[in-house]
Amino acid sequence: MDEQAFTARVTGDDRVEPRDEMPDGYRRTLVRQIAQHAHSEIIGMQPEGNWITRAPSLRRKAILVAKVQDEAGHGLYLYSAAETLGADRDELLDLLHTGRQKYSTIFNYPATSWADVAAIGWLVDGAAIVNQVPLTRCSYGPYARAMVRICKEESFHQRQGFEAMAVLAAGSPAQRRMAQEALDRWWWPALMMFGPSDVDSPNSAQSMAWGIKRFSNDELRQRFVDATVPQAEFLGLVVPDPDLRRDEETGHYRTGQIDWSEFATVMRGDGPCNRERLARRVAAHDDGGWVREAAAAYAAKHAAARAVAA
Amino acid sequence: MSQPQRPLSGSPQRPLSGSPLWEVFVRSRRGLSHTHAGSLHAPDAHMALRNARDLYTRRQEGVSIWVVRAGDVVASSPDEKDAFFDPAGDKPYRHPTFYEVPDEVQHL
Ligand SMILES: [Fe+2]
Ligand SMILES: [Fe+2]
Repeated sequence: MDEQAFTARVTGDDRVEPRDEMPDGYRRTLVRQIAQHAHSEIIGMQPEGNWITRAPSLRRKAILVAKVQDEAGHGLYLYSAAETLGADRDELLDLLHTGRQKYSTIFNYPATSWADVAAIGWLVDGAAIVNQVPLTRCSYGPYARAMVRICKEESFHQRQGFEAMAVLAAGSPAQRRMAQEALDRWWWPALMMFGPSDVDSPNSAQSMAWGIKRFSNDELRQRFVDATVPQAEFLGLVVPDPDLRRDEETGHYRTGQIDWSEFATVMRGDGPCNRERLARRVAAHDDGGWVREAAAAYAAKHAAARAVAA
Repeated sequence: MSQPQRPLSGSPQRPLSGSPLWEVFVRSRRGLSHTHAGSLHAPDAHMALRNARDLYTRRQEGVSIWVVRAGDVVASSPDEKDAFFDPAGDKPYRHPTFYEVPDEVQHL
């Protein structure tokens, strides 16, 4: 495989499709990235899923169910995109369940009040959109197509979160306090979703050359900050960063230092909910085992009956 | 926060999904043809259809769905893509743009 020719091809905006020749590294990088993305979607169902039975109204509950169901769908789109590269679905789940593959650190934080559900939609899905929109132009066709579908659905996620946040922010003093505390809890973890600064992220350059990544982590983070700070101002909430300044020359907001040691702790498995999230996922999978077995037995019985009839 | 310890999935006693892969085609509107939407796992055709409805038409994206076992799809090989599609490569006269139409001639 001529790697140089391949790189030239993807820089020329030619898309790669499943059975095309591709460098091993490209395939490996994509399988890992798509799988971890898929894992994040399905683990991401948990913090909000916990609030479905406690949503404050039927309207909010229906919205939350729809959103959490979308996240399951996102996971499934992505697992099948990974499979087009030769990965095996069961193996990917096993890698997640045994902790050998990661998911986004953001989902290891707890949603401790209803306002956190609002903040997750507004900030976490908001950050996800900024990350994901460039991936709709990723060089690998099936990943790009999955991202197109996902991005269309994400904008509902972000808006419902912002709307729920706006209701709290315009509510009683206690509701406003809930909204502010949720922003305080989720702001910094949301900024960490873009990953370490590019200087410290060794794989970035290669992913850029392969057309998997289009913008640096810092560029995407900046985009999110610039979009979100005015939204917080509109809500009358205070972004929990005393160093936050608007650079009058460039129009960009400059944030204070991100605490990357916290990121490293959560990444290592010692965040507030790492163990709980993984245990819940494994339990859900094991509890569903009998359903899969029954469906397989039913399919086998009917296939056998059809074979006799034929 | 502590959950009962469970065996990690993937033990041979309990297969994970193990179900076949299906390709899903969705007709978004009457009058349009079915288009490939993606794929999914399901134990049989009936379940594949139901899963496809839940996965690919949650927002009324379709009025009709086909599911086809991925293994039953016969595809041209990408390795022979040049040779396979070559015969069409040197026949520009199949396109209307190949022909010169005098300026003063209309409706042609
Ligand atoms: Fe999602
Ligand atoms: Fe989302």
